Amino acid sequence: MIYFDNAATTVQKPRQVSEAVAEAMCSLGNAGRGVHEATLGASRVIFDTRKRLADFFHAESPKQIVFTMNSTESLNIAVKGILQSGDHVITTVLEHNSVLRPLYEMEKKGVELTFIQSDKKGCINPQDFEREIRENTRAVICTHGSNLTGNLVDISKIGEIAHRHGVLFCVDASQTAGVFPIDVQEMKIDILCFTGHKSLLGPQGTGGMYVREGVDVRPLLSGGSGVQTYSREHPAQMPTALEAGTLNGHGIAGLNAAIGYIQETGMDVIRNQEQALMKRFYDGVKEIPGVKIYGDFTTDCRCPIVALNLGDYDSSEVSDELFMSYGIATRPGAHCAPLMHQALGTVEQGAVRFSFSHYNTEEEIDAAVAALCELA
Amino acid sequence: MREKKLQLVVTFHTTADAMAMEQACKEQHAPGRLIPVPRAISAGCGLAWCAGPECRETLKEIMQSTGIREEDMHECMV
Repeated sequence: MIYFDNAATTVQKPRQVSEAVAEAMCSLGNAGRGVHEATLGASRVIFDTRKRLADFFHAESPKQIVFTMNSTESLNIAVKGILQSGDHVITTVLEHNSVLRPLYEMEKKGVELTFIQSDKKGCINPQDFEREIRENTRAVICTHGSNLTGNLVDISKIGEIAHRHGVLFCVDASQTAGVFPIDVQEMKIDILCFTGHKSLLGPQGTGGMYVREGVDVRPLLSGGSGVQTYSREHPAQMPTALEAGTLNGHGIAGLNAAIGYIQETGMDVIRNQEQALMKRFYDGVKEIPGVKIYGDFTTDCRCPIVALNLGDYDSSEVSDELFMSYGIATRPGAHCAPLMHQALGTVEQGAVRFSFSHYNTEEEIDAAVAALCELA
Repeated sequence: MREKKLQLVVTFHTTADAMAMEQACKEQHAPGRLIPVPRAISAGCGLAWCAGPECRETLKEIMQSTGIREEDMHECMV
């Protein structure tokens, strides 16, 4: 199989990730429960991962890093934990349902939503956010990179605008964490939501969030914490405030190894390889008659994603044919990004998304280009 | 592209139902395979079971005996 669905999850992981998970499953106890060697082993791995993530995102302290099971959980905690009736939120049409659906839930509870529209290439103008800020604007919530087009969003500019107006800035880094540098201090990010299983190259079931010190987020869950047992309330101190129950220590050990791999290899090296593969694919398919490509390719600084359609063919049909006849795995349909598809005019047809990893090869890219030439 | 032919396409409310269908059909040696839901049926994504139109009764029996509830059954060109 030629796997080009890395924006959904990266299948090929560094070898040390599965080794770390296997080792953890044979040795780790429950973090923060007791003081024997097994529990301390788990606590140490988890703390070390917290520290690595804090360094990775330039957080002020490891205690501002919270572990969750994925971006969706992080985004639910963020959206439901900072908003209340009467608040106004600015977001974009680029968002994934993991942002949109929690926001629609909050809309039913009296939160007002404004969507920044994109142009025909799926790009948004950061200045549009400033025009939409109202007295009751509580937060700007936006993605760092579209999971459909791969377009990057200038979060530094948006963060500056939000900060200047005293509005919380929450970023969905599902497609970028691990491959694009993110500095929460410099970019004025108050809450950063990320998943472990995509470009961070970790196991599924790992993810997390950074919450700036002083930002009050109401927890989604309460329960076991290993501390303050006789209190009727869940501890208010970070990171425990947003972590109830046993953490996924085994998965987090894998995430730790994945971050180590990225740091050893170099994030820039990984990103450059992925972008070169994307460009090779883009250059190979852009002239094929009948191919329509979505997104902004005037810059190479974008997520390694190419979404396209072949004539009027149903995207699910093309994707199925690519897999059944050529063994090429892609993602058709709507990609949980309904508003982006509306903006691109692809609701009916969907799109075939090719998303690349640095583990892909030029030969695989060339095979996909040749397959599309045959199908066109 | 492959030539389309008339097929029976069974859609489900959840991926879990679609996977249960695949398992049940494999166990009972029933024909078909999972495909992405064709856009002619729905733009909402997901998996569907695709088999020849002559399999309708067999598939219905399997679903009934295993408690799998389909969302819908369509005959369309796939």
